[in-house]
Amino acid sequence: MNTQTIGCEEALRLLAEYLDGELHGSEHTSVEHHLKMCRSCFSRSEFEQRLKTELSHLGRVDVRPGFEQQIRQLITQFTAPTSKAPHDA
Amino acid sequence: MDANASDLAGWFERSVLGVLPDLVATAKRLTRNAADAEDLVAEAVAKAWIAIATLKDRERFRGWIFRILTNEYLVQRRYRLSSPEPEPLPDDMIDFSIFERLHQPFLLWWSNPEKEFLDKLLREDLERAIDSVPEMFRVVVIFADVHGLSYQEIADTIGVPIGTVRSRLARGRSLLQKALWEHARDAGVRPQPRNRDAT
Repeated sequence: MNTQTIGCEEALRLLAEYLDGELHGSEHTSVEHHLKMCRSCFSRSEFEQRLKTELSHLGRVDVRPGFEQQIRQLITQFTAPTSKAPHDA
Repeated sequence: MDANASDLAGWFERSVLGVLPDLVATAKRLTRNAADAEDLVAEAVAKAWIAIATLKDRERFRGWIFRILTNEYLVQRRYRLSSPEPEPLPDDMIDFSIFERLHQPFLLWWSNPEKEFLDKLLREDLERAIDSVPEMFRVVVIFADVHGLSYQEIADTIGVPIGTVRSRLARGRSLLQKALWEHARDAGVRPQPRNRDAT
């Protein structure tokens, strides 16, 4: 596969999409190749990736125990036979 | 309740409880309020059960219920999916980069300010920064960076073209970094000395 050489400006333009997994084919390969060759862009890439990782940690929180119980009760109400159809027993 | 209905109800409860921490986290970032977030999640769970017959593949439950949660939020906020792009941002906010503010090659032989900056960040710093981003951009950043959705998944979820997702994400991230930079200054966690940043 041919790897097109790209400069820092082009690599940084594509960096976000590269880190998001949205680049494919020659564009992906070109950015990957550039990051192996350029210390500054590699450092930028590491910084942005780590910031993404830190943000991903916001995706889960401890649920307040009372709220989990509320949700259980809510589901029990919804899924009770009387909520869907008259008693068939 | 027959066996199939009982199985479905049990599966639904397990599935909801399995993603509940994620749903609450997303709702908190969308609403920026704990009580509103819980109301939003409860509403989404109710709507999900009503629409359960539309879920054809149980393996896709997570994305499906997230879409319901988001739609509910957008409806509640009267968020116009087709709303035009907002006014252009000032030049210094279009491509704001913390890295560029910190990266000074002539200093790197003795320090790593980017790493130092990230090491000092607290969860609440990130939460404050992301909460400060305007809704139109915040929603996209939450989906991409907090939940790792693809651009296409985000486009499908909020009903905009993928190019709009790209542009909103770029601007949202820039605003996020700008806010993070300012919060870091207020919290005293910016590495010192810095002479390129006059703000």
